Amino acid sequence: MQDFRGAHFAAQKTGGTMSFDRREFLKATAAGLAAAGGGALTGCTATKHAAHVVVIGGGFGGATAARYLRLGSAGGIDVTLIERQPGFVSFPMSNLVIGGAKKLEDISRGYDGLRAHGVRVIHGNAVAIDPVGRGVRLADGSALGYDRLVVAPGIDFMWETVPGLTAEAAGPVLHAWQAGAQTTALRKQIEAMADGGVFAICIPRTPYRCLAAPYERACLVAHYCKTHKPRAKVLILDANDDVQAQRGLFMSAWSELYPNLVEYRPNHPISSVDVASKTVRFEFGDAVKADVLNVVPSQRAGAIARQAGLVTAGNRWCGIDWRTMESLAHPGIHVVGSATLAAPMMPKSAHMSNQHAKIAAAAIVAPLLGRVPSPEPITIAHAGYSYFDDRNAAHMMSVHAYDAKLAAYRLVPESSGVSARRGEAEGKHAWAWAQNLWADTLA
Amino acid sequence: MKMRWSGLAFTVGALTLSAGALAAPPTAAMLVNACAGCHGVNGGSAGPSMPSLANQSKEAIVVAMKKFKSGERPSTVMGKLAKGYSDADYAAMGELLSKQKLHATTQTLDAAKVAKGKSLEEANCSRCHMEGGKEGKEDSPVMASQWLPYLSIQMNQYLDGTRKMPEKMAEKVKPMSKTDLDALMHFYASVK
Repeated sequence: MQDFRGAHFAAQKTGGTMSFDRREFLKATAAGLAAAGGGALTGCTATKHAAHVVVIGGGFGGATAARYLRLGSAGGIDVTLIERQPGFVSFPMSNLVIGGAKKLEDISRGYDGLRAHGVRVIHGNAVAIDPVGRGVRLADGSALGYDRLVVAPGIDFMWETVPGLTAEAAGPVLHAWQAGAQTTALRKQIEAMADGGVFAICIPRTPYRCLAAPYERACLVAHYCKTHKPRAKVLILDANDDVQAQRGLFMSAWSELYPNLVEYRPNHPISSVDVASKTVRFEFGDAVKADVLNVVPSQRAGAIARQAGLVTAGNRWCGIDWRTMESLAHPGIHVVGSATLAAPMMPKSAHMSNQHAKIAAAAIVAPLLGRVPSPEPITIAHAGYSYFDDRNAAHMMSVHAYDAKLAAYRLVPESSGVSARRGEAEGKHAWAWAQNLWADTLA
Repeated sequence: MKMRWSGLAFTVGALTLSAGALAAPPTAAMLVNACAGCHGVNGGSAGPSMPSLANQSKEAIVVAMKKFKSGERPSTVMGKLAKGYSDADYAAMGELLSKQKLHATTQTLDAAKVAKGKSLEEANCSRCHMEGGKEGKEDSPVMASQWLPYLSIQMNQYLDGTRKMPEKMAEKVKPMSKTDLDALMHFYASVK
């Protein structure tokens, strides 16, 4: 820890207010890489210091960024990851836990893989960023300097969109939209529900994280109820005017698998929630009283992104340069994952966050290796899966190519689409996909 | 507000990016990294229904991608995905993957089947799937250490005709019983 700080101290002090020009920088870096030989922290001198990248957030975006920064620089960049939670719990596959087909430990991983790559993992809460002074402050008062910062805070909830509900006073009304304690708690509520009870899930207007996930959740809760609580009801109360992803697949699953169990109601934007009676009121139509009420509030970029002034779009999302994922608001800061203002037709999802992180890492690492960053980032592929019961799943996939005219990624239409039909083979692929995505993020 | 960091004001951006500066194509590594979310780390799949791509020959990758693109080879997502990339991309991916080390898997296998598979393999398959399936002749895929569920999905596609067998393969496979084929798959899954 001392060495680490020492390295930066020396570098910064010697540099003073230097304006490192590019050639000097590359020369210094090449020497640094040669001298460091992968062990970046030893033998640092003024010109041989390793650059330091701090990553805020250890979800799919942040963890992948940390991993690829170390791999891509052959250990030549020091990387510190700041994460609030002690471990990693995957949002993809968490609906299987809510439906009872998997346990929380099946979808939980640790950060030891990243540590083995030389990532310094700090479990703490980043509360402030100084984009000019290039530093991050944590809730415990400690501070970290950085040369480049990756901000991957995921989503926060817009509680003001669900009057009556707050983060502190949600009581039994869970969102379970960030995997972890709420996932388990929602599972328990469903298990404790009486036969004949009503499970209601309220879906916010788009954009929200993981478009298909609310409909998948309804299926998996219905699958559990079909066997264990056959008189129960699963109500889907959607603020949108239609199913937002894999529409045909969900519609056929509801009518074929759960004909008397699942009911879909579009055009149900929430006007208020009464926590005590688990009643939700809508702008139009009848109020609904549920036995298990699952309200997913509208979402925006995580708090630290807002605090740091990285939010540039609609008070919600962070605008970025898609070539590098660098913030449009502050140079030196890259934003990846669901906190970004999505390019057209680009989903906010685990796999997409994982791909964002690789774009950012490549852009950060390239100058260190003496390469000029690619003027156009690579074409990225995205896949996601939904389960309709504990075995049958279907994919949605898309390919996104950078479009210089648009200055953003655009969808490649012929490469994008969903399964024709749910199936068991795709159920196996879905689970395999998760194993590989977790490995690519954390192993 | 300007904060102070451990008594030091950080004023230097040691890394400078200027994305528009010069043309340099994306590297093969960047392309192949984009595959890793589904196919695993260093070309080694951690998901039993998905193939490892490490150590496949360049030809095997290029031919597979072209067949996915044309629809000749059945798939769930690959047919769509392949349309998003060019022949040059396939070649770059294949080049890099061919240099990655074989991904050895540890699977629960039936030793008797493995032994039987080995005896069948030498006489029937080894001219194209060489070195116990660790190498492939021309565009023949590397079979060694692939997950049993993946091998089984592919064999079923060959048998039901949705994936077309190369002629030489069909000559060998058609006379074999399901038990023989099962033993062969156990053998290939066992090779490290």
